[in-house]
Amino acid sequence: MARIRCCTASSCRAAGGQALLQALEQARRDQGLAPGALPIKAVGCLRLCARGPLVALDAAAHGGSQRLYGAVPPDRAPELVQLALEGHAAGDGSSLAAHGIDAEHPFFALQQPVVLEALGLVDPESLDDALAQGTYSQLQRCRADGQPAQLRACIRRSGLRGRGGAGYPTGLKWDTVALQPPGPRLVVCNADEGDPGAFMDRAVLEGDPHRLLEGLAIAAFAVGAQLGYIYLRAEYPLAIARLRLALQQLRQRGLLDGLDLQLRVGAGAYVCGEETALLASIAGGRGTPRQRPPYPAQQGLFGCPTLINNVETLAAVPAILRRGADWYAALGTGNSRGTKVFSLSGALPHTGLVEVPMGTSLRTVVETMGGASGVKAVQTGGPAGGCIPAALLDVPIAYETLADLGSMLGSGGMVVLPEGLPMPQLARYFMRFCASESCGKCVPCRAGTVQLEQLLGRFCEGQGTADDLQQLEQLCHMVQATSLCGLGQGAPNPVLGALRHFRHEFEQHRLEADGAGSAP
Amino acid sequence: MTVLTLAIDGESLAVPDGTTLLQACRQRGVPLPTLCHLDGLQPVGACRLCLLELEGAARLVPACLTPVAEGMVVRSDTAQLRAFRRLTVELLFAEGNHVCAVCVANGACELQDAAVAVGLDHGRLAQQWPARAVDASHPRFGLDHNRCILCTRCVRACDQLEGAHVWDVANRGSHCQIIAGLDQPWGSVEACTSCGHCVDACPTGALFDKQETCTERQARPQRAAALRQARDHGRWHNQGVVP
Repeated sequence: MARIRCCTASSCRAAGGQALLQALEQARRDQGLAPGALPIKAVGCLRLCARGPLVALDAAAHGGSQRLYGAVPPDRAPELVQLALEGHAAGDGSSLAAHGIDAEHPFFALQQPVVLEALGLVDPESLDDALAQGTYSQLQRCRADGQPAQLRACIRRSGLRGRGGAGYPTGLKWDTVALQPPGPRLVVCNADEGDPGAFMDRAVLEGDPHRLLEGLAIAAFAVGAQLGYIYLRAEYPLAIARLRLALQQLRQRGLLDGLDLQLRVGAGAYVCGEETALLASIAGGRGTPRQRPPYPAQQGLFGCPTLINNVETLAAVPAILRRGADWYAALGTGNSRGTKVFSLSGALPHTGLVEVPMGTSLRTVVETMGGASGVKAVQTGGPAGGCIPAALLDVPIAYETLADLGSMLGSGGMVVLPEGLPMPQLARYFMRFCASESCGKCVPCRAGTVQLEQLLGRFCEGQGTADDLQQLEQLCHMVQATSLCGLGQGAPNPVLGALRHFRHEFEQHRLEADGAGSAP
Repeated sequence: MTVLTLAIDGESLAVPDGTTLLQACRQRGVPLPTLCHLDGLQPVGACRLCLLELEGAARLVPACLTPVAEGMVVRSDTAQLRAFRRLTVELLFAEGNHVCAVCVANGACELQDAAVAVGLDHGRLAQQWPARAVDASHPRFGLDHNRCILCTRCVRACDQLEGAHVWDVANRGSHCQIIAGLDQPWGSVEACTSCGHCVDACPTGALFDKQETCTERQARPQRAAALRQARDHGRWHNQGVVP
């Protein structure tokens, strides 16, 4: 049977997705069709956010082929319904041709959905649909097997590492929590995605919440936790609503089997993505980090051993269990196994969401898939990351390779920077972000980022002197080495990265400033 | 009692289990500057002045929060650490409005002491001169935000010694400030018992006794520890136990 899938995630909503969905339903009524005759499914992200609102037509005939349409105004809904009913035999002589999107384009063809395997297919508001897609089957299997140690070994063997940015081996973390002395344990899902340019986790939270909850419940089983929290940022209202609904559905259906899962909504602080600040916030305190050790795995929320995993990490778990650790480990490269979701934004035509195997080159993602040209650099890793210059884009994406280039894999935000963008300005943008998001607890981060932002301002205005450059570097190293948490320690990274690859832009200003006073 | 051995700046010493690196340094007579630390209050590791180089550790460790482990080798006086400490104190001076000449704590100020200890005789960083207020609403004490370095010793003293939790920190980053109650004038906060522990704990002249003039001002940083010890052991000055 033919079917229409309409994206209802945030970015398509912003482009008018809700109006299109309603228009499609109205067009179906106008055709005198029962909802069952042509299902119109509200789904999560269909990847190519640049062309929203996106609609997919699944044909009954022609081998169940699908067609994708983008930027469709609501008044074209009747044509879409007609096209879905007639199948694609009508060809694309229709006026909708201009809205057609080539599903064979590398942007789609090179993706390897693992975390996102059901995203865009499953109705995020329907537990029945999630169950029909196989969600929770792995949780039930784990519980039936009753072998948490084996389960942890499987995750260890898969080579999965934390997708929040730090890249800590997930299986090892699970073991560390599970093997603590007897007593209560807790699990926490870190859904406080906040890097500028990062929206991978939002897509999962909005588009496939039950997959995340399955992963979280499996993690709870693996470490022996009876209580779990999801810490979600307040800036994601749709994700909050969908997760609330999903939790309510689970409780009503009794699928949690004694596990208590609670949603906690942040209050707008970026630093609460840092795990100790996150725990302080959940516990009702001011969201400020504390010195580690002790690590949360030993002494976390309410003093209990606490497992904290990022959304993408947990959402990868069900697929790993279903298809096997070896299958997952076969994807990727070196010490970075499996796939990684990236959110592409910036100066490129195909902004949106991609999931590719680790080891794919940055050039493939940005140029082949993203369609970018005239790239100056690619920013990865958010405010703690850095820029990879265009000449080095052939680097295979992995935790180590990007770190070697002075950036980091980070959580998955990938911002393409156009030629002509002054690097001091970019560095100042990120430093301003860190200065305004610093919690203010430790001196280097609170006061150092302010000084760094002002110093960078001098370079933006062409006033930077040799002394300023020296002070900039000195202060960067000091803030990096002495700050209490990852926010402060990472804050100088964009500056140091820019100095490493684009030092001349800082010295250019300097020469001009120096030269002004010493003209021959 | 287990005894642990460690080496600080090449010299070995033995300390009881549970000793922090800061306590070990003090025992050895290593001059390690601190500002957010106060004996008797729980350490927070916020001022970053007591950072040490620990052999085998990827990062510098705060002495106040790091328990001694057997065989630790630490260095407290390297060129890098000296540079970082100086810069940290310089950042504090640039961040607030610290004018010693008109400060009640002049001569009895830990920030001043820290500047001397790290050799800060001039600054190169941009002075921020933030617009900050003074709260003189309390009948006995005053709070001058200009002199505050956000060490949170007052917050912890009020919470951990007096149990009143009048103080807290509001806002983020450079906008952080100490607040009384729910950001009310100090004098209107009924939870305040006027015990003065916060004033005794303040390392600068940010919290002060209105009756004290500059020459009368005495730093009383030892009071928190004396109180803590008295509470923990249930013995008081007049019982002749606590010094």
